Amino acid sequence: MIRPEFFLYLLVMAGVTYLIRTIPLVLFKKKIKNVFVLSFLHYMPYAVLSVMTFPTMIYATGSIISGIVGLIVALVSAYFNRSLVTVALLTCISAYITQVVINLI
Amino acid sequence: MIKNTFKNGIKDGLPICFGYLAVAFTFGIFAVASGLSVLETVLISLTNVTSAGQLAAVPIIAGGGLLVELALAQLVINLRYALMSLTLSQKMGNDIKLYDRFLIAFVNTDEVFAVSASKPYLVSKKYMYGLILTPYLGWGLGTLLGAVLGDVLPADIVNCLSLAIYGMFVAIVVPEVKHSKPTALCVLFAIVLSCLFFYLPVLNTISTGFVVIICSVIASAVMAILKPIKPTTEDNV
Repeated sequence: MIRPEFFLYLLVMAGVTYLIRTIPLVLFKKKIKNVFVLSFLHYMPYAVLSVMTFPTMIYATGSIISGIVGLIVALVSAYFNRSLVTVALLTCISAYITQVVINLI
Repeated sequence: MIKNTFKNGIKDGLPICFGYLAVAFTFGIFAVASGLSVLETVLISLTNVTSAGQLAAVPIIAGGGLLVELALAQLVINLRYALMSLTLSQKMGNDIKLYDRFLIAFVNTDEVFAVSASKPYLVSKKYMYGLILTPYLGWGLGTLLGAVLGDVLPADIVNCLSLAIYGMFVAIVVPEVKHSKPTALCVLFAIVLSCLFFYLPVLNTISTGFVVIICSVIASAVMAILKPIKPTTEDNV
């Protein structure tokens, strides 16, 4: 079931989000030459990912202990150059095992 | 080594897809529990493809909030995508035409951005389409499953699945940090800022979307001044 007024909400939220994503990608077709801007854009992805991961990740499971175990396993497996899937899987599994152990205690 | 085929894109997209299944699942549960119908919930995921933005929209829609409120919330929370799209605009290979950009922008999520922007070469059209395909499907399917199945899965499993995305983030950042000292410094700086915004009073009242923008812009800008990266010639393969 869809309420008629829902479509207005959907249009507004999808529209705003799409424009935010599209305008810069479509506007900047030329390669930027400025060294500062290039360096800034080089660092950006790593800074963004770090901000989104720390410290939020350790609280994501609802239990700090399993969150921290997940983080440590992620760091160690990523350090040894495991693939994205492997790291993601090991992170989830280690956190789940921790959670199961905690529930037993 | 340059890996720019459709297959490489699919391969890089799969962990994102897998993480999205879990995250979208929790969104599906949340939206239906808040009073939205299954169809409405799935439509939101298929047209927005954002996590934080969608989560913030549900109470506004369910509570009959103002359209302006909804628009502003999306603008604030999703503004970081403008920065990511700008970065990504510099990574697009020559075979990516204008209409491709309109399509790719639609699924330029944090994860898609992170994976494509961390490539040391320009990404091809085939790679990008391969990369965005399974995450988009995973996002939609995960939402549907969550909306329909509700809380059939034990909470512990859902909670731990939500770590998949973060595990992936770590897997992208750590290898780069290992071989580039300036990037390591930048990451450290960003983490310190992020922790300040998380734990300090007043600062921790700022919305997540803004915190991501503020911290990453400061860390990247300071590092760009202190340790500029020498432009390298990038070939589109």
